Order: sequence, then C-alpha cells, then structure tokens
Amino acid sequence: MAEIGSFALLLALALSVYTFLAGIVALVFQKQTFVPATEPGSKTARRNQVADVGSGSSWAALLRRGSERIGETARRAGIATFAAVFLAAVVLVLCAFRDDFTIAYIFHHSNRDLPAPYKFATLWSGQEGSLLFWSLLLAAYGFVLRLRYKTDPRLFAYASVVLAGVQIFFLLLVNFAANPFGILEGALRPDGSGLNPLLQYPEMVIHPPMLYLGYVGFTVPFAFALGALIMKYPGEKWIHITRRWTMVTWAFLTCGVFLGAHWAYSVLGWGGYWGWDPVENASLMPWLTGTAFLHSVMMQEKRGMLKMWNMWLVFATFWLAILGTFLTRSGIISSVHAFAQSSIGSWFAWFLAISFVVFVFFFFKNKSHLASEHKLESLVSRESSFLFNNLLFVLLCFTVLWGTWFPKISELVQGNKVTVGGPFYNRVAIPVALLLLILTAVGPLLAWRKTSLESLKRNFLWPTVGAIAIAMFLMITPQRWGSPFGLRPWQDISYFYSLMAIGLSVLVTLTVASEFYRGGRVISKHTGQGMFASMVQLTHRNTRRYGGYIVHFGVVVVIIGFAGAAFNQDKEQEMANGDKLTIGSYTLICRSYTDDDAPNYASEWALLDVYKGGKQIDTMTPVRRFYKASQQTSTMPDIRSTLNEDLYLVFEGLNQDNGHPIIKAHLNPLVMWIWLGVWIILGGTVLALVPNAPAPVRVPAPARLEHVQTSPVATGD
Amino acid sequence: MSIRLHLFSKFRAPSHKVAHAILLCVAVFALLGAGDPGSRFSEIGHQMMCICGCKQILLECNHVGCPSSDGMRNELMAAVTRGDSDSLVEQGFVQKYGPTVLAAPTTRGFDRVAYILPFVALFLGFGIVIVIVRSWKNRPVPAIAGGLRPVRGTELEQFRDQAGKETDL
Repeated sequence: MAEIGSFALLLALALSVYTFLAGIVALVFQKQTFVPATEPGSKTARRNQVADVGSGSSWAALLRRGSERIGETARRAGIATFAAVFLAAVVLVLCAFRDDFTIAYIFHHSNRDLPAPYKFATLWSGQEGSLLFWSLLLAAYGFVLRLRYKTDPRLFAYASVVLAGVQIFFLLLVNFAANPFGILEGALRPDGSGLNPLLQYPEMVIHPPMLYLGYVGFTVPFAFALGALIMKYPGEKWIHITRRWTMVTWAFLTCGVFLGAHWAYSVLGWGGYWGWDPVENASLMPWLTGTAFLHSVMMQEKRGMLKMWNMWLVFATFWLAILGTFLTRSGIISSVHAFAQSSIGSWFAWFLAISFVVFVFFFFKNKSHLASEHKLESLVSRESSFLFNNLLFVLLCFTVLWGTWFPKISELVQGNKVTVGGPFYNRVAIPVALLLLILTAVGPLLAWRKTSLESLKRNFLWPTVGAIAIAMFLMITPQRWGSPFGLRPWQDISYFYSLMAIGLSVLVTLTVASEFYRGGRVISKHTGQGMFASMVQLTHRNTRRYGGYIVHFGVVVVIIGFAGAAFNQDKEQEMANGDKLTIGSYTLICRSYTDDDAPNYASEWALLDVYKGGKQIDTMTPVRRFYKASQQTSTMPDIRSTLNEDLYLVFEGLNQDNGHPIIKAHLNPLVMWIWLGVWIILGGTVLALVPNAPAPVRVPAPARLEHVQTSPVATGD
Repeated sequence: MSIRLHLFSKFRAPSHKVAHAILLCVAVFALLGAGDPGSRFSEIGHQMMCICGCKQILLECNHVGCPSSDGMRNELMAAVTRGDSDSLVEQGFVQKYGPTVLAAPTTRGFDRVAYILPFVALFLGFGIVIVIVRSWKNRPVPAIAGGLRPVRGTELEQFRDQAGKETDL
C-alpha cells in the first residue's frame, strides 16, 4: 500500500509540474497571438495584425491552436493531479484502518483500539498527513477551478498556473521532506503509539479540515488576483468571479478558528477558549486580513478604488496563511501547539520568500494597471469608513504579528526572551477592537460618496440613545443580579472594556435593526405587506448587503460573549464523598467518585450533584482519562451551558495521600453567546451567498413621485 | 488671593464644575477595592506565567502535581499578605524565575516598544488616511466644457446603471 501512495504522490508532482510549465508555455504563446476584443486599436492588436499580414495568418492561427492545445493538456493535467493526490490520501486512510504499522506515520498517530472517526482523522493528525491533506484540498480547489474554466478561459488559465505553482511546493514537501508513506525502521511493532489524547475529541475531526479549507481556500482569490495582475485583466470581473470563493473560504476559516476555540475550551481544561498562543494567532492573522479584503473589495467593485490595496490584502492573506504553517512547523517561536516541529521550516521560509518576490515583481511591473478610477470625496462617506475599517483590521493583524514575534525580537535586541501573553493583547488589541466596533455601527449607515451631518444625526440618534441607556442600566444595576449586571467601570479596567463592548454591541445591533426596519417600511408602503414579510423581501433583494448585516449582528453576539470573561470565577477543592463546593449561585456536592476501563483508555471520574437556590438542577461528571497507547493523561471537563453562564468542572486528579478527587470549578458568564454568534455569522454568510431576487420592474420616476414619499433607505453594501 | 479667586470663579463655570466632579468621581472610584489581598493575588497571579513549560497563566495552570505552580502561588500569596507592592512582587519573581515569568512585557526599557509601536502605527495610519482623503477632497473640480447640459437617452441610462451599481438600490 505504501508503494501505491508514494507512487501517487510522485505522479501528482509530475502532473503539477506539467500543469505549471505547460500552462506558462501556453499563456506565453497565447499572449503573442491574443487579440483583445475590447481594445481593437491597442498595441497588441496592431502587433497581431502586422504578424498576420507579414507572416501569413495561417502561421498565427497554427500557433494559437497549438498553444490552446498545450493549455488544454495543462488543464487536464491539473485535474488529474487531484485524482493522484486523492488516491494518496485514500491509501493513507486505508492504511490507518488496516493498522498498517509498517508505515511510520500510522505507527506514530494511530493504534488498534482507536475509534474509527479518529482513524479517519489520522490523515491530518500529524505533520506529514496534514501536509498531504493540505495538498489534497489545494488540488480539490484546483479541480473545481479547472472544471469551471469556461467562465473566462484566459483568466482561469493564469489562476491555474499560480495554483499549480503552490501545489508543486506542497507536493515537493510530501515527496521529499515529509513523506507520509515512510517505512518504519526496525522490527514490526504490534501496536501503534496512538493519537495524541488532546486530539481525541469529536471536534478535532472537523476543526483541522475547516481551518485548512480556510487557509488553502485563500490561495484561490490570490491566484486569480495574481493572474489578473500578470495579464493586466481589464475591469473588476476577477473580483466578481472570486467573490463567492472568498466568502466561502472566509466562512471556513471563521468556522475553523472558532472550532479551535471551542476545542480548547472543551478539552484543555483551563476554562478558557483563547490563549493568544502563536499558533492561535497564526490562524487569526489571515482571518483579519481576509475580513479586511471582504470589505475593501466592495470599493473596487462599486467605485473602482483601492485596487493596489486589495492586491496587497489578498496577497497578505495568502502569505499569512503560509506563515502560520511556518510558525507551527519551524519551532522558531515557542508554542503549546508546536507538536509537529521539524526541519521543514526552512522549506516554508524559502517558499514565503519566493512568493513575496514573485508578487512584488509583478506588482511593480504592472501597477500602472491598478490606478484608481475614482477618488474619495468626503471624510464622512462609506468609502472612508471602509478605509478606516481596513486600517483597523490591518493594525489588529499587525498587533498580533508584532506580539507573536516580539519574544524573538526582544531576544535579538536585549539578549533575553520575554513572554507576550494575554495581558499584552488585552492592553493593546482590545482598544483597537473597540474602535472597530464603533466603525461597525457607523459604517453601514454612511452613504457612498458623501453623507450629510443631518442624515448622520437622524440615523444615529435613537441607536445611540438606546446604547447609552442600556450601558447606564448595566452600570447601576446591583452586582448580585449576576453578569453582565453591575458593571462598574471604575472598579476594574476589564469591567470598563466589558461595558464598552456591550454598549457598542447594542449600538451595532440597533443600527442594523434600524436598517432592516427602514428598508422594510419602504417596501411595506409600496406593497402593503406586513413588516416582517417586507423585511424578508428586502433581504432577498440584496442578500449580500443584508446577509452582511446579519454577520455584523453575529459578530456583536460573539463580542458580548467575550465581554463576559470579565466576570469569570474559579475555585479548586479536594472533594470527598458529601463534600460541598460553592461557586457563584451554584453548590456542588460530591456524590461519588470512581474509575473505569475502556479498550483505548482508563478513566477516573467524579459524580457531582449541582444545586441552585436549594434545588438540584443537574448531575455532572468531570473525567480524567489515561490513554494506554500513548501513556498520556487528558481531562474531559463537564460543562453545563446556559445563555447566562457556563458551569465548567474539571477533574484535576487524585490526592496521592487520601485518594480524594481534586475538582476545579469555573463559572464563565456568557460563553454560549460566542458559539451562538458564530452560528449567526455563518447563517449571514450563507445568506449573502444566495443570489438576489430579480429587481422590481422599473416604474417611471414622475409617476412614482406622485404616490410615494421617498426615504433614504439603501446606501449600498 | 486674586489669582485664587479667579481660579475659583473659573471652576464655578458649569462645564468646569462637571469636569471637576467627574475627576473627583474617577479618583474616588479608582481607589475603591484597591488593596484587597484576594483581588491583588488574582490580579498579579494573572500577570504571571507558570514556568513548568505548560505556557499557561500562573493561576490557570491546571495540572495536578505541577512542579512549579503550587510553590509559585504560595510565594505570591505570601508576598501579597506581607503587603509588598506590585512592582516589588514582580521584581522578586523576575529575579528568581527570569523575565519570561511575566505574562506581558514590562513598561521599561526596550519592552516599552512592544506597547508603543502598535499605537504609533494606529495614529500614523489614521493620519495618513486623513491626509489622503483631504488631499483628494481638496482637488480643484475640473470645469465642464460647454457648461451644464441636461442628460437624456442612453447617457441617462448609463448614469442610472452606474448609480445602481454604486448603491445597489
């Protein structure tokens, strides 16, 4: 089996190299014979006419036909690459299911008693497999792209070449630096070392694929952007083509980032979901630039502005995704996630350098093509809000990058390392994030080109009054009501941030609601429908805009969830039978503790009755497992989630003297809002992907003015 | 005396009175809750790292039998109970465990750059955006050859399409 896998990977590499080289040859010859339909009088067209007249049109036609055929073989080779990489991935998964411990990768990441879903997940559980998985996803994206080439054959051919270039890098890695089909040296072992216990959790089966779909997916808009730059593609069509790719990719990355947070929360047992670890940061950075790109690309689409900026943003997103992998694999920055360190870091460093040089070369060569079609007319406009929005997103990304690299910089400058953890990001990133939240509230209500101050006042008065009223209410209410009430900003800086975050979230929510309401009201007046039906129709007419608002609403729900962290409490206690632990309004009584044995692991667990207000409301069972194959322990916290707060119990271990379990209880307010917010974000993204309803029939303006009072409703995306 | 009276009269202006009251409130409330050993222990403990290699915040280190965190917590509790100032506690920990024991860079020496640079970038970025927008905004408007003329027919349709594209109405 290993031989089949290795052969498939070599074949895939050969096919990719052919796709790349033949693609370039075809494009070079096509460029020489290409007559752009839109620019009949251009230099290229004149050159072709001269060529046709001078050398005979049959020669030019022959060259064109030949290059088209080469291009077609390159496209087919690209499609076949997917088949070859898919075969390699299937072979690796089959080897995991067959417990083929002759293969070193399977020996190190699986064992006989590993449940089937985790055996499947072996594909991305270690370095070699995850690189193969990365190649597979890239090949799959390339497969779809090459099948859909008829949308715009030339642009797709350029994008295909760029994708093939990236694909070659990953296939070189899995063939020569991190081969997943390497044979285990020495005598055959009866069982494998098993999967890392921390990865034996249902979400780990889907978290890496989602994250990789996001990381790899950003290669597609980058490939189109670079292709469009190289060929000086006229207009913004490439953005229309990649819009859905970018949104889907962004949704995958969002999903991956938050699944990772949920995994950390549910498995690591420290009661938190984000530790600002370099690897976590690595996933956040492309998300931030990708989000900036999703916003600024609208300016290019609608106003032909920020073309150069968008080019850099899409490149930065792709580059940061690769940088994230470099951080994980190279061990250059210490991280709790750096479980897959190796020498392949230098491969990534070279690839990062080469991709940077290639991009910069074509950018400066063709940047005259990216001149802006319009200029900004006012500071108070949708355009400038996008500019500031982009500035803040990029600044947040810079802050995270800076914080991630600062220990290394400090070591170089001062000779000693420092730690850059949560407290640093809380001081630096939170103020910037709050500014971004203000823009999220303000931006959608600004009109393109210019907004009058009167209109701003009209649109913001009630949302601002509402937000201030709610913030004041949260500030003056008694703290005994529980979170988020009794937020006294003067008591602690974290309370101040929480109050600001919740207040601004309310402001965003009210501005979003007012947008739906005002738009719905106009349709309702036109059609006589009810308000809800009108708002549904409104959303259907411009799914991208209103889907975007729903995404914004989801973001503020997530932010409210983050704001709850200011009220976190925890308590640790040894608990014999009948012992009590009180945290917040909960009382826990230990009913029993025992141990258990399963084929894959042995476990110790406690049975705790949960009381609130004198009534038993639940029984919880935090567990600690000992995985036999890997000889490692792992905690399985028991979490009781409500909208108000999470009661989070961890079985930390046994007191060695008396055998009593040690329980750590966390009370984490509003955490469920985070997961709820992510669902709303994904729902909004899906809605934004739905095609718009057909535009209503245009009514002559004078007739319409007679019956309807117009209102400034829609201001664009 | 006259100067004092003058200043006093200034403070009697309603806006200054409000500012004075706000300052007073902030000063009073800022001192509330300070010095409570439990909250200080929690606050300082969340600014330190466990040094066992788990890379977790000291008070969040969650493995039983950790060779470091129990001892470090006891030391911290002892220092807080003694009434040592925050900086003294931090210095003691840094001397004993090295600078990586602090969960964030200090605000001294080169470490300050860690905090300053993002905000410098923020202000610089804002400045650049404002300058760009203003320079674009202040461009002279080109004169229209032949003056204004009514727009009709296909030209009107083109403008209508452009408006639709730009506003999605």
